[in-house]
Amino acid sequence: MSDLYHVSSSPHVRDKDTTSRIMLYVIIALLPASIFGIVNFGLHALVLILVTIASCVASEWIFEKIVHKKSTLNDLSAVVTGLLLALNLPPTLPWWEAVIGGVFAIVIVKMLFGGLGQNFMNPALGARCFLLIAFAADMTKFTFDGVTGATPLAQLRNGEEVNVMDMLIGRTAGTIGETSVICILIGAIFLILMGVIDLRIPGTYIITFVIFLLLFGGHGFDWNYIVAELCGGGLMLGAFFMATDYVTSPITPKGQIIFGICLGVLTGLFRVFGANAEGVSFAIILSNVLVPIIEKFTVPKAFGQVKEAKKNE
Amino acid sequence: MTFKGGVHPYEGKDLSKDKPTRELLPKGELVYPVSQHIGAPAKPIVAVGDTVLKGQMIAEAGGFVSSPVFSSVSGTVKAIEPRRVSVGDMVNSIIIENDGEYKEVTYSPADNVDSLSKEEIIERIKNAGVVGMGGAGFPTHVKLSPKEPEKIEYVIANCAECEPYLTSDYRRMMEDPEKLVEGMRIVLKLFDNAKGVFGVENNKPDCIEKLKELVKDEPRMEVAELMTKYPQGGERQLIYAVTGRAINSKMLPADAGCVVDNVETIISIYNAVKLGKPVTERIFTVTGDAVSDPCNFRFSIGTSFQELLDAAGGFKEQPEKIIAGGPMMGFALFDLNIPTTKTTSALLCLTKDEVAEFEPSPCINCGRCVEACPELLIPSRLAKFSNNGLSDMFEKWNGMECVECGSCSFICPAKRQLAQSIKTMKKTILAERKKK
Repeated sequence: MSDLYHVSSSPHVRDKDTTSRIMLYVIIALLPASIFGIVNFGLHALVLILVTIASCVASEWIFEKIVHKKSTLNDLSAVVTGLLLALNLPPTLPWWEAVIGGVFAIVIVKMLFGGLGQNFMNPALGARCFLLIAFAADMTKFTFDGVTGATPLAQLRNGEEVNVMDMLIGRTAGTIGETSVICILIGAIFLILMGVIDLRIPGTYIITFVIFLLLFGGHGFDWNYIVAELCGGGLMLGAFFMATDYVTSPITPKGQIIFGICLGVLTGLFRVFGANAEGVSFAIILSNVLVPIIEKFTVPKAFGQVKEAKKNE
Repeated sequence: MTFKGGVHPYEGKDLSKDKPTRELLPKGELVYPVSQHIGAPAKPIVAVGDTVLKGQMIAEAGGFVSSPVFSSVSGTVKAIEPRRVSVGDMVNSIIIENDGEYKEVTYSPADNVDSLSKEEIIERIKNAGVVGMGGAGFPTHVKLSPKEPEKIEYVIANCAECEPYLTSDYRRMMEDPEKLVEGMRIVLKLFDNAKGVFGVENNKPDCIEKLKELVKDEPRMEVAELMTKYPQGGERQLIYAVTGRAINSKMLPADAGCVVDNVETIISIYNAVKLGKPVTERIFTVTGDAVSDPCNFRFSIGTSFQELLDAAGGFKEQPEKIIAGGPMMGFALFDLNIPTTKTTSALLCLTKDEVAEFEPSPCINCGRCVEACPELLIPSRLAKFSNNGLSDMFEKWNGMECVECGSCSFICPAKRQLAQSIKTMKKTILAERKKK
């Protein structure tokens, strides 16, 4: 037996998709929104995107060096976190605050809990909420066309008219990546076609939110109002790119539906009854925390189990 | 017609599917493990030095759930000793030196199959050593003796052959479809209220056409075209695809009014009942990108893998991995000097070991294993429970329902060994249960 062959447990073949390829798809899907953000808000948006990604990648690398873990930069998840965080920042934020956000996202929210796959909260949103508290003024200052003004949702809340067409295209004030609904949807469709995400979470999220608005929004069947609420406040970016984050959403199919409903109700509560016009980020990270409980109650029935229950009756 | 879940691995069947079956006569010694089936090992009834004929019983059934073993050549018993088999265990085996003359015993064919009683049919199947030849090796006479045979509504011929690369069932259907239909007719004689269904994946349109032509005047038989998807030929998945009935691990196909037999098994039933011939040969595929001339053989059970490979021209490239069976559920071999049995259907030689190529990385909870699992389980969690030794959680999340098809490991983008972890915990729990 001079040459022994490899032995392992079956199966002996593997699909071509890898973790890093999935992350790459997400990065590609975020490009339309990123590019639009840079065109819309100018060079400082590009600086923020690059600085945030660099900060995330560097913190992951340094952290793993310090704790003597194998580098996981190749999985590209740090790049995704950095890009998502940047797209959730106002275009005028000082760059060093973005750097702090990146460090917080990777070190505090992700690595301290065990790295990729172990964090219970979306790192980008965790960092955004941290920045909102730490640098409240900078994080809520939105400038568009050189004029500091309110976001469309804030205008809507104050009873002002908003232009829904501008919101679809993205010619409004907001964070770097949240304004253009069309660009976000192009990316989302790409992810759905590549089989990276499905509509279970974003679909139930959006439907629940619309129902909530119809019931409690106080505007009745005012479609202008509903579409504006859907397009504003990063709801689309949140629904398709952050609520669908694998690690922090339920793995059980039924759990994903419940998760989507939680998101819709919480966003509705925050926006209609809360003091803030936005609320997507908080709805997502709060729902992230609910995931273990949701999963516990939604363990699916195995194939053929229903039938057995009937038989025992 | 299909089931929920499943995966689409590279098929690889083109390598060998159009190569007509060749007969391969073995040389040298043949090895017959006494455990080629599920159940009690067979008991050797020959001694070292005895002369045996082809078709002679050399080990008798060791109980009801057991099956006899027959010599596939004529020659002399050289030794009775433990030998390594494809799953890796050492199994007591009868070793016969082939005299190259292939002198056969006289078989007792049935003059008229229709005049046989049900008991006689089952007796003939039992005495011919017929077992599930798709891989499981469950003694067929046991399967064909359910408590209430009148409640069986479907006899399903498993013609799916969903394992990539394998083409032995395909060749059988192309070359001997009449025998397959005849075998089905024999099985249907046992179940008065059943209809026979040939479940074929739609990547074999020629087989579907052929079988449809043959059963068009058979009121009790039909052909079901199944979607090509792995594991379409899994027993529970096949039953669901054909009948819409779902069974779980605690049930038998008979509980859903079904009996499922593989193509090769039905051919063996035909040989046993009609010709009185025991199981001594089968069709076998030698394939893979490392093999010079991928092809199909009709060969004598007991031949070593090495001999089959040599007959296919040996390697054209050095393989990294050698598998007895298909790539999804087959067993990796570290050595080719291992005997074939009633249940080995292929030798697959791959130049690249995709498993060793990737390092497993952390689970990102993507849920692809959930989408792929034909048993609707959450494989990533089950594997985690297994790795952490949480057997109660494993059972709570229905881990025991796993059919070990391997779809989860195949699809996992983090390249985690999900199926391996789950199989390990299943074995542990079953062992614990036995202790109680």
